Amino acid sequence: MEVDMHEVEEVAKALYIRALKILPPDIKRGFESLAAKEGNATGQAVLGTMIQNIQVAEATDNLLCQDTGVPIYNVTIGRGVCPDGVDLVQAIRRGCERATTEYPLRSSVVHPITRENNYTSTGAGVPVINFDFSDESDTLKIEMIPKGSGSENKSWLKMAIPAEGVDAVKAFVVDCVLEAGGQSCPPTIVGVGVGGTADLCVHLAKVAATRALGTHCADAEGRALEEELSGAVNQLGVGPQGLGGDSTAFAVHVELAATHITMNPVAVNMQCHSARRATATFTPAGVEYGF
Amino acid sequence: MAHHDITTPISEEQVRALRINDTVSLNGTLFGIRDATQIHMFDRGRSTRFDLSGHAVIHTAPNVRKVEKSEANPAGYAPVCIGTTTSARMERFTQPLMSQYGVRIIIGKGGLMEDSLAAFQELGGVYLAIIGGTAALETTWIEAIEDVDLDDLNPESLWKFRVHNFGPLLVAMDSHGQSLYGTVRQSSRSRRQEVLDRLGVKTS
Repeated sequence: MEVDMHEVEEVAKALYIRALKILPPDIKRGFESLAAKEGNATGQAVLGTMIQNIQVAEATDNLLCQDTGVPIYNVTIGRGVCPDGVDLVQAIRRGCERATTEYPLRSSVVHPITRENNYTSTGAGVPVINFDFSDESDTLKIEMIPKGSGSENKSWLKMAIPAEGVDAVKAFVVDCVLEAGGQSCPPTIVGVGVGGTADLCVHLAKVAATRALGTHCADAEGRALEEELSGAVNQLGVGPQGLGGDSTAFAVHVELAATHITMNPVAVNMQCHSARRATATFTPAGVEYGF
Repeated sequence: MAHHDITTPISEEQVRALRINDTVSLNGTLFGIRDATQIHMFDRGRSTRFDLSGHAVIHTAPNVRKVEKSEANPAGYAPVCIGTTTSARMERFTQPLMSQYGVRIIIGKGGLMEDSLAAFQELGGVYLAIIGGTAALETTWIEAIEDVDLDDLNPESLWKFRVHNFGPLLVAMDSHGQSLYGTVRQSSRSRRQEVLDRLGVKTS
């Protein structure tokens, strides 16, 4: 399948704006489910305002949150799709820049030392563009995630040791949720990476944090850990915005990778309640937008 | 748990009447301020031409559109999407913001810490919680961007907004040493061991 790079550029632009405006249906359902169980009056009021905001954003065609985030594009290339990689990266970068300058969006991206903002949401290594491959023929999927900084600032890695076992993972997740308090904009999706190398572990935590609600870790042990920890963090009482209540997290998601005999790494990355994503799927039939 | 409709600027007496769990709606002027704004004001010797005395500031860096200056958009900026950011990063600026500029109200999300609570108590101030991530709603409470200073720091400029019924906001830290965040933090930490026990954690 041929991929038209002008179309990729337009899609990269459209995805950024779409992601900022429309919350995926799984997150909307997540809100309904938390609101049905929230026993704290302040927590109920905060969730109510969040739900109202989702409606106002759609009714006024506005962004859900002021934070345009760090733009992340996850590209999944199917069989029989052979785009020029350099062209693809450049097209995505141009689309990201154009969303920022033409909409206009707040450029939230700066040089890490000079703090200079070039007002394009891009810079060295940003947008983050990840590549993966799938079995699906003639399909190219681009997922866009504007990753909010309030939750991204609540990220941790611990190189635990084998003697600490899975207890280290469980205690670490509980302690990270306590440490984050209201600063990660709860209710959150708590992304947990287990195993791998240090960098892979942190990446897995991000994959876990940005996965759709209702999806599960492919590994049975990982899935069991998700269920156990999802119940546990909501017993802490942090609540929406850290103001108290039962709704501290929509869920805890776990992603894992094999690791070294001497290692037991665990990482936590959080996704805020404005858990924004948008996808576009290219097939020979055209481009289809989704979540 | 009273509701207060407040028009800024306000006096020390007015701010000390606010108690945690009260709610507040603001009218009049609201200033927007952020990390870089305060780094430049308090670490790099810059100052603002705005009089912040008795006023409210919100931790924000808005999405704006550059437009022709007009009666509706006197600063040459139209609001696109204006919300709030995590306040804790700006903890060390609360005291100088109050003592040097006379700010009485700080609005943000996630709360501030002990030093800010002490400054609120000593100098007469409050922290009002706005719900993070609900900027589409908050934008409807903003009438105009009236003025802007330190605009080379855009979007972290010092913004002057005109607001109407901006709220309800929750008084989460007051001038009497009370912090809702402190209470929740203490209570959630006290549940840690019980939660770990239920998870069967033995070695922590």
